[in-house]
Amino acid sequence: MSNLLSIFIVMAVINNLVLSKFLGLCPFFGVSKKLSNAISMGAAVTLVMLISSLSTSVIYNYILIPFNIEFMNIIIYILVIASLVQIVELTIRRTNIALYNALGIYLPLITTNCAVLGITLINAREGYSIIESMVSALGAGIGFTLVLIIMSGIREKLEVSDCPKSMRGLPIAFITAALLALAFLGFSGMM
Amino acid sequence: MQNEKNGNRFLKEFVKGIIISNPVFILALGLCPTLAVTSSLDNAIGMSAGVIFVLLCSNIIISSMRKIIPETVRIPVFIVVIATFVTILSLVFQAYFPPLYESLGIYLALIVVNCIILGRAEAFASKKSVLLSISDALGAGIGFTLALIIISLLREMLGTGSLSVFGSILFKLPVLFENPMVIFILPPGAFLVIGLLLALFRWLGVVKNE
Repeated sequence: MSNLLSIFIVMAVINNLVLSKFLGLCPFFGVSKKLSNAISMGAAVTLVMLISSLSTSVIYNYILIPFNIEFMNIIIYILVIASLVQIVELTIRRTNIALYNALGIYLPLITTNCAVLGITLINAREGYSIIESMVSALGAGIGFTLVLIIMSGIREKLEVSDCPKSMRGLPIAFITAALLALAFLGFSGMM
Repeated sequence: MQNEKNGNRFLKEFVKGIIISNPVFILALGLCPTLAVTSSLDNAIGMSAGVIFVLLCSNIIISSMRKIIPETVRIPVFIVVIATFVTILSLVFQAYFPPLYESLGIYLALIVVNCIILGRAEAFASKKSVLLSISDALGAGIGFTLALIIISLLREMLGTGSLSVFGSILFKLPVLFENPMVIFILPPGAFLVIGLLLALFRWLGVVKNE
């Protein structure tokens, strides 16, 4: 149990996907302009990460390892993730139209989001079991959502602030992220 | 005459990728590996070599198959082609450059989802001839390399006070070597250096403001 808790905390704040692993930067800078978008995107990414971690770790532990073809994991993972995103999108559209309207446009983007493939590859590298993979995906998803929400709060203020012309937009967002990453470095003392 | 014209077109596609539409600084594509592997010059060189290899091979294969690939399933086909070359690359690195393989970690495998490669496949290789696609791949690849080397030079010099290429130290900076600014090789330094470089390029007028 304490093992699972430590995986969760490490993935959520210490090795935060965005600020220390640099994964999922495109949605981080692209979607973090409004708070409501940030929450929807975070929820969509967490959902896809959970489902794809479950299926890829089942495939890894019960197919790739027994047949000694671990090196095939890149091709198999990307295909699994791409098809899962399609299935999730179709299911949500059929069952819950309100949720689809909130998440819909972000789902296709997630296929090529390095955060999802990244977390499944991290699970395989660390040799996590199925339960451990699920916990690490949940932690990573929550950490991602947390940072996205913090960033969108700051950027709503930045939009109206008066900063030098050449710093506006992406450059100042990067420098804000640098300060956030500096703050998150403090968490590394926790373990 | 015809040859000269063709030569100019190849040169145009090549230069376009390096400067006018530099994938990192101007289009802000492929940021994840850019930030992650630029903590040392070695990693930046290894990563660039990998990206150029995958970009070149996948552009060649995709543009030579462009007439056979059905329109509706083109993206999955592109992804499988790219993933195949990334698998080859990661096996080669594992066999011949184990230290580099270890330090690049998951970012080597993540070349699959690098937007630069899928972007070039979709926007260029799936429509143009093989030779043009080769020059486009080389241009975008060298543009990416250039960006990675600039960023990693700055980060390694400020963060360690010296510069080394594959184990041999090139030079040491006088004061910085005793008191390096370690923050630059930690994650916050990556965001800071790229943010300041983007601002610098806008200030110089190389990049237009949005």
